[in-house]
Amino acid sequence: MVAEKITIEPVTRIEGHAKVTIHMNDNGSVDHAYFHVNEFRGFEKFCEGRMVFEMPQITPRICGICPVSHHLAAAKAGDLVMGVKPPRTASLLRELMHMGQIIQSHGMHFFELAGPDLILGFDADPAIRNVVGLIGADPALTLRAVELRKYGQDIIYQVGGRRIHPNFAVPGGVNRAMTEEKRDHMLIGLDQAIETTQIGIQLIKDWVDANIEDIEKFAVFHTGYFGLVTPENGLELYDGNIRLVDKDGEELENFKSQNYLDIISEHVEDWSYLKFPYYKKMGWPEGVYRVGPLGRLNVVEKIDTPLAQEEFEVYRQINDGKPVYHTLYYHYARLIETLFAIERARELLEDPDLMGNDILNRKYDFKGESVGVIEAPRGTLFHHYWAKPNGQLERVNLIVSTGHNNWAMSEAVDSVAKTYVKGPQVQEGMLNRVEAAIRAYDPCLSCSTHAIGQMPIKIDVMDAKGKVTQTLKRD
Amino acid sequence: MSILDIDERILQVVELVDLRATPITDLKEPDVDGVTVGILEGGINNTYNEEVALRMRERCKILVALGDCAVFGGVPAMRNFCGADAALKRAYVDAESNDSEGFIPSNPELAKMTRVRAVSEVVPVDLHIPGCPPDADIIFYALVELAQGRIPEIKDEKLSWQ
Repeated sequence: MVAEKITIEPVTRIEGHAKVTIHMNDNGSVDHAYFHVNEFRGFEKFCEGRMVFEMPQITPRICGICPVSHHLAAAKAGDLVMGVKPPRTASLLRELMHMGQIIQSHGMHFFELAGPDLILGFDADPAIRNVVGLIGADPALTLRAVELRKYGQDIIYQVGGRRIHPNFAVPGGVNRAMTEEKRDHMLIGLDQAIETTQIGIQLIKDWVDANIEDIEKFAVFHTGYFGLVTPENGLELYDGNIRLVDKDGEELENFKSQNYLDIISEHVEDWSYLKFPYYKKMGWPEGVYRVGPLGRLNVVEKIDTPLAQEEFEVYRQINDGKPVYHTLYYHYARLIETLFAIERARELLEDPDLMGNDILNRKYDFKGESVGVIEAPRGTLFHHYWAKPNGQLERVNLIVSTGHNNWAMSEAVDSVAKTYVKGPQVQEGMLNRVEAAIRAYDPCLSCSTHAIGQMPIKIDVMDAKGKVTQTLKRD
Repeated sequence: MSILDIDERILQVVELVDLRATPITDLKEPDVDGVTVGILEGGINNTYNEEVALRMRERCKILVALGDCAVFGGVPAMRNFCGADAALKRAYVDAESNDSEGFIPSNPELAKMTRVRAVSEVVPVDLHIPGCPPDADIIFYALVELAQGRIPEIKDEKLSWQ
């Protein structure tokens, strides 16, 4: 028989544009599968010449899903370019907005993007394997999920005045103070948000119990892990040092974000617009690591809020205290982080300093070059600016969260294709598992290539000579 | 995806329409025999975007451009000031974080970058809904009108967004 190439384009239920090509052998097994990120925008270049204070408005346009991450990373880079430390109230308000974003992004991913695979099944009819199918299967749960996302979006709105693309953080602080009315409003939905997250956690635990055989052969490999930590190696999403551990959880680095160029490099492959960051000292590709929920829970030793800590202790037992390396546990890790974000939001809302009026520090001590870092929902986000003394940017370098997981997503696609895709008659459910390998990482491919629009997959099946013999698109 | 910002009203929308190919569903392309309404978000900045726009035009009776990128080109159209080639060189060859072997990806599987354009510069568009993003209320209004067979009038206060 003739070997083939299968193309999945677009990959769905992710953000941004991706395509998978699966190259088959003559005997109907997979030779190699590629994850192509098929978009590029060029923010780094066209932001040259813009003013540093414009960046918290320009860079969120990289993405409509996690614009707050870019908004805050740009503001943090702006603080450091201008040599100014925001007042405590401003930092608390920014962090609160960030928790809103983690809640909405993680909540949406678990229930609305990944949920159809977990609740309806990888092999469910693709025509209903989506949020509408979820509404049919469990309307009460779906409504709760919609409300969880809404709760997170509402925090962003209450703090910054808009749900998407707020105009709020500026170098040196923020431009509006909190009111008691808004604070009290945010406290109202908090308990329900916790309940919904706990329902999700029970759901994923039951799913793990029922699918453990799949989990143990689905995109299973070792990497390092990377993310911000508190000074005591607790979970940190807003500000801190970056910790990098190896596959066994041993610390390789604990460094200030300003020094990132000494620690990581980016590799380019011809078949993707998304670059591949790696740990310089170990080199490419030995130095690959993962970020995002699984990456972060593998670099921390504890979580400083009670409910999330309780769940983290359960998570840690999965691999006897060592890093959890199975791709599908990303879903569990994501919900533990959601729990943390809601609990942390409560702490921030109950902090009297949140209500202060000292929200902007204008005692500038111009530095010119700086790196702003934040843990976006999908991982560690870097904004590196070089500014002239008038604040105009000369150069911009961005390393976006999803990029750090590029090697892992590529490996996951290859691994899952080899495990599940078998010729000669390739089934749609096999291909959906390949997409689910990408989905577990919750990539934002708009962000990662600083790219446009929605993320639709097409799978080509190609023969050993490179001839496309079957194209699977779901239409 | 900004459509998700209509929150629980999505339950009303799915009562009225049959969602086909979207980023949140698993059908990859609009049905070959056509659909009633197609919505494009994002500008046209590469050859793949062009293919999608042409296919959408062909298969959708009413084509909607949603959001400033689709309507005008939006912030990413700033790339036209420097051109795609300079932007690609900056990202893949010159970036400080690249290792020494940077080059611009050019594999045939990848789309080629072009000038950034509004959708209407590539295919005719029946309805424009501006905003970055458009307000969820306007999106909901437009979806319900379309679902009931009317072309929504986006004018006056409906053209403004926060």
